[in-house]
Amino acid sequence: MINSFEVLETVQMIERQKLDIRTITMGISLLDCCHSDIDIACGKIYDKITRYAENLVKVGEEISLEYGIPIINKRIAVTPISIIANSVDGTDYIKFAKTLDKAANTVGVNFIGGYSALVHKGYTTGDMNLIKSIPEALAITEKVCSSVNVATTKAGINMDAIRQMGKVIKETAQLTADRDGLGCAKLVIFANAPEDNPFMAGAYHGVGEPECAINVGISGPGTVKTALESVKGESFDVVSETIKKTAFKITRVGQLVATEAAGRLGVSFGIVDLSLAPTPDVGDSVARILEEIGIESCGAPGTTAALALLNDAVKKGGIMASSHVGGLSGAFIPVSEDEGMIEAVRNGSLNLQKLEAMTCVCSVGLDMIAIPGDTSAQTISAIVADEAAIGVVNNKTTAVRIIPAPGKKAGDTVEFGGLLGRAPIMEITKFSSNAFAERGGRIPAPVHSFKN
Amino acid sequence: MKAIVTVIGKDKIGIISNISTILAKYGVNILDISQTILQGYFTMMMFVDLKNMDISFAKLKEELDLLGNKLEVSIIIQQEDVFKAMHRI
Repeated sequence: MINSFEVLETVQMIERQKLDIRTITMGISLLDCCHSDIDIACGKIYDKITRYAENLVKVGEEISLEYGIPIINKRIAVTPISIIANSVDGTDYIKFAKTLDKAANTVGVNFIGGYSALVHKGYTTGDMNLIKSIPEALAITEKVCSSVNVATTKAGINMDAIRQMGKVIKETAQLTADRDGLGCAKLVIFANAPEDNPFMAGAYHGVGEPECAINVGISGPGTVKTALESVKGESFDVVSETIKKTAFKITRVGQLVATEAAGRLGVSFGIVDLSLAPTPDVGDSVARILEEIGIESCGAPGTTAALALLNDAVKKGGIMASSHVGGLSGAFIPVSEDEGMIEAVRNGSLNLQKLEAMTCVCSVGLDMIAIPGDTSAQTISAIVADEAAIGVVNNKTTAVRIIPAPGKKAGDTVEFGGLLGRAPIMEITKFSSNAFAERGGRIPAPVHSFKN
Repeated sequence: MKAIVTVIGKDKIGIISNISTILAKYGVNILDISQTILQGYFTMMMFVDLKNMDISFAKLKEELDLLGNKLEVSIIIQQEDVFKAMHRI
């Protein structure tokens, strides 16, 4: 029998500490939607998505009501469209983006991911056409998210793709200049992209995935921070144990929701993504956890070590709580989506260099970072290359979601609204990386990737 | 199917009676009830059985929400599974 203290703890986690399920994401394979006629292919895609995801939002809302746990987002991830579009005669891939947007609107999800290409070793014709169409696709659609995997530990880093992505990011920002470059908030450049990631904008349904699967992303930075408030001044051993216990409880709720949703929708349960995903709301910040550990303001010395401990303890606590763990799994540090990070950039304690160091020890990369609009494509490419190198060498996922906000300079702010938040424009070095970015070719896989 | 009803807020006359009336009206059986002051809050917890309930869970929740607003306390109903998942291995 559950006792009063346990009931109250759960209720307060939800009511006061903003514990929630960040997303239920349905992964849908579109591999059977290939056709040489683009209109037929798009018709098949629309029918399949709307058939599988017809009840996704309804089931999410039912579970949320019955368990009393908020489920913030219901989303869809599909097979990378470049693979499907490869069979099509012609290059007008925008039709695919429009089809995804329409399907997302029909079933009522707030994002659909998978306008993607995997080019870590090289391009297919489909990849080439898709990447060219990304700026327009993100400008004319509302809910479509795009990602490009440019590197893996096994294949190395595709520097041709990185050179191109610098330009694609700039063009995407220009085409959505009226919205402060919002298109770039829906575009992620990955190294070692996971195939079952439920989080946007980087979610896609990998080719090794089943026909349809439910992946759940959890959240709860506020819960971890509150737990740490009760162990002020204690050693790191105690800090780590406290985070583990909290992560276990949060993840158990994620596991419950994931299996329940998969069961009710009649599809397979994929994974639970053990993540601490912040929002711009006060009390829902990863930066504030690091500060609770003893850093005056996020970015000060000690931040990287504190984040490493946090990330590790979240995984250790969560792994036992879920039967299958996957996705990105770890603490997220998206600047614009974290109230504490925004404040840290504003007060000067957090800069791009420190953020890059932090990405070495947590689950993502440079995420939701706004930079001056006049930053060159080559500098952006070089930033992507640095992040890809961190991911490739450390056998982990890294990503870049960077917004060169048109017409803005360091110190200004951009407002994206909702979960995407607002971002102070961060300072970029004035030194050039042009000759580096223009070389092209491939950076070979690191020696420790040869394990066979 | 079992659920837990939690009431948190300032103590006042008639909280239990009002909630019990709603539960009885819709065939919800109270299995256990406890109340205490925890961290400065009046907290009441009811363990209820929904097996013979004759309205939907959503409707019952709506009724309890309305009552909570009237009594100025927070009344939350959640299926038992969420507590078991979180607190029992």
